[in-house]
Amino acid sequence: MPEYTPSEMMVVTAARALQNDKVVFVGVGMPNIACNLARRTVSPELELVYESGVFGAKPARLPLSIGDPTLVSGAASVCPMPNLFMHYLQGGRIEVAFLGAAQIDRHGNLNTTVIGDYQTPKVRLPGSGGACEIAIHAQKIYIITRLSRRVFVEQLDFITSPGHLDGSPGLRQKLGMRGMGPQLVVTDKGTFSFDSKSGEMTLKTIHPGVDLEEIQAEIGWKIRTAKSLTETPTPNNEELRIIREELDPDGIYTSK
Amino acid sequence: MKLTSMKDAIAKYIRDGDTISIEGFTAFICFSAAHEIIRQKRKDLTLCRMTPDLIYDQMVAAGCARKLVFSYLGNPGVGSLHCIRRAVEKGIPEELSIEEYSHFGMVSRYMAGAAKIPFYPLQSYYGSDLDEANPKIKYVDNPYGDGQIAVVPALNPDVAIIHAQRSDAQGNTQLWGLLGMQKEVAFAAHQLIVVVEEIVDEEVIRSDPNRTIIPHMIVDAVVHQPFGAHPSYVQGYYDRDNVFYLAWDKISRDEKETAEWLAEWVYGVDDWPGYLNKLQEQEPDIWDRLSPGEAFSQPVNYGSYT
Repeated sequence: MPEYTPSEMMVVTAARALQNDKVVFVGVGMPNIACNLARRTVSPELELVYESGVFGAKPARLPLSIGDPTLVSGAASVCPMPNLFMHYLQGGRIEVAFLGAAQIDRHGNLNTTVIGDYQTPKVRLPGSGGACEIAIHAQKIYIITRLSRRVFVEQLDFITSPGHLDGSPGLRQKLGMRGMGPQLVVTDKGTFSFDSKSGEMTLKTIHPGVDLEEIQAEIGWKIRTAKSLTETPTPNNEELRIIREELDPDGIYTSK
Repeated sequence: MKLTSMKDAIAKYIRDGDTISIEGFTAFICFSAAHEIIRQKRKDLTLCRMTPDLIYDQMVAAGCARKLVFSYLGNPGVGSLHCIRRAVEKGIPEELSIEEYSHFGMVSRYMAGAAKIPFYPLQSYYGSDLDEANPKIKYVDNPYGDGQIAVVPALNPDVAIIHAQRSDAQGNTQLWGLLGMQKEVAFAAHQLIVVVEEIVDEEVIRSDPNRTIIPHMIVDAVVHQPFGAHPSYVQGYYDRDNVFYLAWDKISRDEKETAEWLAEWVYGVDDWPGYLNKLQEQEPDIWDRLSPGEAFSQPVNYGSYT
């Protein structure tokens, strides 16, 4: 079994989750590497969409931001931002989107706005960007983040992007949201899905060498576990080669 | 004559207390205009931008702003905007009030502004706390069916500043790459300054009308300012200076270091060519490093219908 870093494990796990997807809304950092890895491995037809207005990007280098000029050159289409948000996203054309968060709760609601009180913040975070409407409209939401008690909290300080809300069945649909909400959380210690009835985050796989107590210790509530808990499959040599040689040669996102 | 210097354009069109938008999504961010606004010591501005980016971080640090209207408050791909955070969290150098939306919300505000309608409907904010944080986000009943839809108010800045690749002397402006909200902001603003890398003949513009996003009739001033968007980028002209975006993260963490940077790079030069000279003294090969190489589009035939 090849050696790999926790972030390589996260990138590979996220890339494999895109196996049956055709249109993905990409963020910077690990999601960007995961989506580009999926295009080179499990999902060659995958179309990359960036909120800056790019459809079908073929980035020739690793973009530092979602507005990098490498996303434009060679893309299938570059459109004004109103078209991107109205036609592509609100129009229901995005199958899966990646989101990150400073805080996430048991129902996959996300905070990227503020730690502490909104009016008198302890830490002012970047805010929504497109995340709020992405969380509402993308058919599926995948989340990549490291496990940490600071992130996986019982109570969010602010809901920026709605997940399964309070877990009431059908509440998303009742409020007019067409997307199905969060479906997968990829962390450095395991992966989680969401229970179809309660909308609650459920441990689905554990990475090799990690035990359940270690995972629970990083989560601010009693975590549900799936009946059929399995071990997460590890990266293969080809996936690691692509990450290290082509996608992140300087190890900016995947060296730790 | 619309063609003017940056100094005169800012002096004539930007007033203390104005609401302004210097847009451009990651690309085409007109730092040359921002530095001139700082040099001319404008204050109490309401600064609107989807992503305040380094440009508004610098303007806030320089004390130009009273209020910020935005949807993403980060150094894209790097981290925080430390000067704006200091203003919001600690009131340094002065109190800064904020009015916060999501990207789609800001997009919709500019759309309403450009179309001169009072608000724009969008499917967003359901289940989020953003509508509590900002009471201007409201909901109206769907007049044609069930349920409600979110609405945001029109945004009509007093002045917009738009950077692009090229225009003619009248201001017919062509832009390619990330189109962002450049066209919508231009139509939403009461007055418009266009800043371009190149001034071309009108016949160059007319040979490719699909690429023209701004017609001359809405342009008040045209400024010819090569490299005027550095450290942001202009597609096909120069790359984003990511080295500076990373460096700013360190400079801006410290109030004193930020003030020293502004003293040297903004107040310490007369104009944008002065800034460019300093850049080149510091790094003689900077424009080689930021050269994007070539990737031309194939010409298309518009036809000659005589």
